Amino acid sequence: MFDKEKLGQIKEAREKWENGVSKTISKQPERKAAFKTSSGVEIKRLYTPEDVADLDYNDRLSCPGEYPYTRGVQSTMYRGKFWTMRQYAGFATAEESNKRYKYLLEQGQTGLSVAFDLPTQIGYDSDHALSEGEVGKVGVAIDSLKDMEILFDGIPLDKVSTSMTINAPASVLLAMYIAVGEKQGVSSEQLSGTIQNDILKEYIARGTYIFPVEPSMRLITNIFEYCSQQVPKWNTISISGYHIREAGSTAAQEVAFTLADGIAYVEAAVKAGLDVDDFAPRLSFFFNSHNDLLEEVSKFRAARRLWAKIMKERFHAKSVKSMMLRFHTQTGGSTLTAQQPDNNIVRVAIQTLAAVLGGTQSLHTNSKDEALALPTEDAVRIALRTQQIVAYESGVTETIDPLAGSYYIESLTDQIEGLAAAYIKKIDELGGAAKAIEKGYIQKEIQDSAYAYQKEIESGDRVVVGMNKFQVKEAAPKGLLRVDPVVGELQKKKLEALRAERDNQKVEAALEALRNAAKSDDNLMPYILDAVRAYGTLGEICGVLRNVFGEYQQSIIL
Amino acid sequence: MDIKAGLLNNNKRAAARLITMLENGIEEALDIIKECYHLTGHARIVGITGPPGAGKSTVTDKLAKALRKEGLTVGIIAVDPTSPFTGGAILGDRVRMSDLSTDPGVFIRSMGTRGALGGLSKAAHGAVKVLDIFGMDYIFIETVGVGQSEVDIVKLADTVIMVMVPGLGDDIQAIKAGIMEIGDVFAVNKSDRDGAERTAAEIEAMLDFNKQEDYRPSVVNLIARDNVGVDKLLEAIENHRAYLDASGRYRSRKRDSLRTEVIEIFKENVIRSVARLEEDTNVLEELTESVLERRIDPYTAAARLMDSFTENGV
Amino acid sequence: MERPIRVVVAKPGLDGHDRGAKVVARALRDAGMEVIYTGLRQTPEQIVETAIQEDADCVAMSILSGAHNHLFPKVVQLLKEKEAEDILVVGGGVIPEDDIPGLLEAGISAIFTPGTPTTVTIDFIRENIRKK
Ligand SMILES: Nc1nc2c(ncn2[C@@H]2O[C@H](COP(=O)(O)OP(=O)(O)OP(=O)(O)O)[C@@H](O)[C@H]2O)c(=O)[nH]1
Ligand SMILES: [Mg+2]
Repeated sequence: MFDKEKLGQIKEAREKWENGVSKTISKQPERKAAFKTSSGVEIKRLYTPEDVADLDYNDRLSCPGEYPYTRGVQSTMYRGKFWTMRQYAGFATAEESNKRYKYLLEQGQTGLSVAFDLPTQIGYDSDHALSEGEVGKVGVAIDSLKDMEILFDGIPLDKVSTSMTINAPASVLLAMYIAVGEKQGVSSEQLSGTIQNDILKEYIARGTYIFPVEPSMRLITNIFEYCSQQVPKWNTISISGYHIREAGSTAAQEVAFTLADGIAYVEAAVKAGLDVDDFAPRLSFFFNSHNDLLEEVSKFRAARRLWAKIMKERFHAKSVKSMMLRFHTQTGGSTLTAQQPDNNIVRVAIQTLAAVLGGTQSLHTNSKDEALALPTEDAVRIALRTQQIVAYESGVTETIDPLAGSYYIESLTDQIEGLAAAYIKKIDELGGAAKAIEKGYIQKEIQDSAYAYQKEIESGDRVVVGMNKFQVKEAAPKGLLRVDPVVGELQKKKLEALRAERDNQKVEAALEALRNAAKSDDNLMPYILDAVRAYGTLGEICGVLRNVFGEYQQSIIL
Repeated sequence: MDIKAGLLNNNKRAAARLITMLENGIEEALDIIKECYHLTGHARIVGITGPPGAGKSTVTDKLAKALRKEGLTVGIIAVDPTSPFTGGAILGDRVRMSDLSTDPGVFIRSMGTRGALGGLSKAAHGAVKVLDIFGMDYIFIETVGVGQSEVDIVKLADTVIMVMVPGLGDDIQAIKAGIMEIGDVFAVNKSDRDGAERTAAEIEAMLDFNKQEDYRPSVVNLIARDNVGVDKLLEAIENHRAYLDASGRYRSRKRDSLRTEVIEIFKENVIRSVARLEEDTNVLEELTESVLERRIDPYTAAARLMDSFTENGV
Repeated sequence: MERPIRVVVAKPGLDGHDRGAKVVARALRDAGMEVIYTGLRQTPEQIVETAIQEDADCVAMSILSGAHNHLFPKVVQLLKEKEAEDILVVGGGVIPEDDIPGLLEAGISAIFTPGTPTTVTIDFIRENIRKK
């Protein structure tokens, strides 16, 4: 960006300045011996044009909406329209959640996001022994199509886009959504939304897996294939770094392991005979946003550039849509403190800025009380308002990728990309993400980072305001939402009634057909859909698959 | 808690406590073992070893489940390394055996190697005796086959299973020296992976090379994770046992292992006596003083120490 | 010889967020303890049987799903039934302040909420395990 002569002058000036600085430092040292980002990138005192001397604009940045998409995937970005403000919510029963959705839609939210309780996420009905104490706790309990009909009652599925945080049993919940659409007279072509459907990060970080790797990958490619024909507007997977970061990874690891998972899905689908450009445009990503504003912005930019290159050079995608990394962001749950929870509002605001300056397509902002319990309505509103303030008042949306060209941002973007690429290479050498997970490699890297982080906090090297510095005596927080324990009983009663009134023979037949299909190479989606329509329960459907596929065994390396 | 009574009355807490006491070298525990020693000798002891992550715990889990189906009871001792820096350890083998935890006919105990020389094998010997007295039909000992102390432990087994995985090629060569010999049965686990047949062939070739006269270890392909081949492995264990019985090797093997054990205990007692001696300054100081004044030489001093040893008993 | 303290670190319930449990497990190991790590989705019955067979001095559990009021007391109750109530039980995770008195009442000896330094947990275990 600068000619040789100019650069020489800049270097000279900087060196002179450095000399002056060393004198100052000898009298008054800097706060720390070394400054580092979370990813371990050493931060220099000052960035200058020298740091971006080799940056080839057209090759490395280019214009928004153009390869390699460093500056964003759309040509107008937030000048066209804001990101989708999407708050993850789901409470106890389908009835309650339905009310919450209607409230959020009235408040101006533009997309729905469904959180399911843990039994649902692990494919158990509410009356399963392991479900005890968990029903309705972290989200809504869905046992059958009946619950799903209530969940979306009065919400026209052709008018909203719905994001479902569901992984191992994603195929079943998607089938239920399609079936609800059918009942509303909305065809599957009209449905839009996302399922998380990212099993690899469940093995790595989140723990709500059911089946072993191979059948899980098959279910995922079955969904890719089915949706490319029947539900074309559906985002079939949300490849998630969010939980990897929550588990303690660094920013660079978040990019690396998420894209490595992405590579594994693309490879699986290609191996199953799908054409890259048939499914890759429907892949989407999901990242975390932390407090280190500038590193986060660089992270998002690096992720976009790296993915574009991978899709183009490694998978020879032809459609530009296949190369665009579109992503959802959630602010970092693990950055919130239980101490002085109001401070969390400020953290979330910084993280919101990071996501927006990083070019996110949609955003969930955490509520200030999430470190304590499920968020209250008040807290959820503040979180949504935070997004709205950034959107309407901050001004950062008025031009595209406003931090581009910052010597520091560009240099950090390069470095994060480099670190992530090195990890991906290592994972390739181990035989890909699935193998690296089986060997515990990825988990171990994350745990090492998490442990190092914890030690920094305990030694005071890293300050978390209100937690290890600037503490105050506080009274216990009041007014936290808690789930009524009768929810479990209620769901059990509903199940009992369902089993009594449905056509059990029809259910049996559908489950038997599914069992046989699972043993064959057929796409399982149509069979699952049939079982769902017959009001087979989630637990019954997953039970059949558990029977045929077995269950994943966690690999633990500490 | 009356530990002895508990031990004899199927109380897992008592058995668990006794193992801890043995692990920590508490005298009372030895008394209980002495009183109950006549009850040992019932259990079949199977060592399971092999490289880290080969699937030893998974194999153990599946074998235990197969035996439980036949109504047999199973004790499992799972050994993991202790950190030499902190003395702490993370013992993670139970993760693979979660659903055995609540089976009344199964007892699983995790153990750290705890660094101390011979300490582990002593503790493991102790735990085996406890589980034997406790009435377990089978006792599995899982250790990572890397160090000598681990090898020592599996030696107390009647049958040793070496768990290997495909693609170990060079590793087999490396492991061969000293460690491969202890395998009575070879399990090529993760046979769902490429190269399982080749690995099996390599092991066979190695066995050709190290021919024993009357017994040739079997090589079993296994996918422990999916419970495939476990019955074959069990059969191989049975065959080895049958061979031991028919050939009279069972007694000679036991004799060898007991001889080693007695010597080990003896050595340890001597070491402990020496340590006591060093603390008991009187005798040692007097002798040292005499040597210092050239009244006697160091050899004579040592001989006199030896005499005081045998007088007082080790 | 100082014997190592033995701690069962377990995740009861269905939530899979084991960052906290793993960090604590490592910290306990680095403090010289023997940690029996059981992995995810443990039932109270499994945890109690494990604690007994391992002759643990302490059971440390972590729950982030909100099922703590159900699962923590269940573990204490089962330990009592097995006459093993001398085993120290501590819990951690996302646990609202209001729930803590009830849990302490139910026999959980300490609840460590997010932000608790691992040294606090370590010291608590050291000072409160039964003296054998
Ligand atoms: N592909 C495959 N993986 C397996 C098989 N058996 C076990 N595994 C996996 O291998 C990994 C290690 O298994 P473990 O049983 O813990 O191995 P181990 O030898 O006991 O490990 P350490 O005790 O840590 O040395 C786990 O992820 C298992 O699920 C198998 O037959 N095939
Ligand atoms: Mg093991």
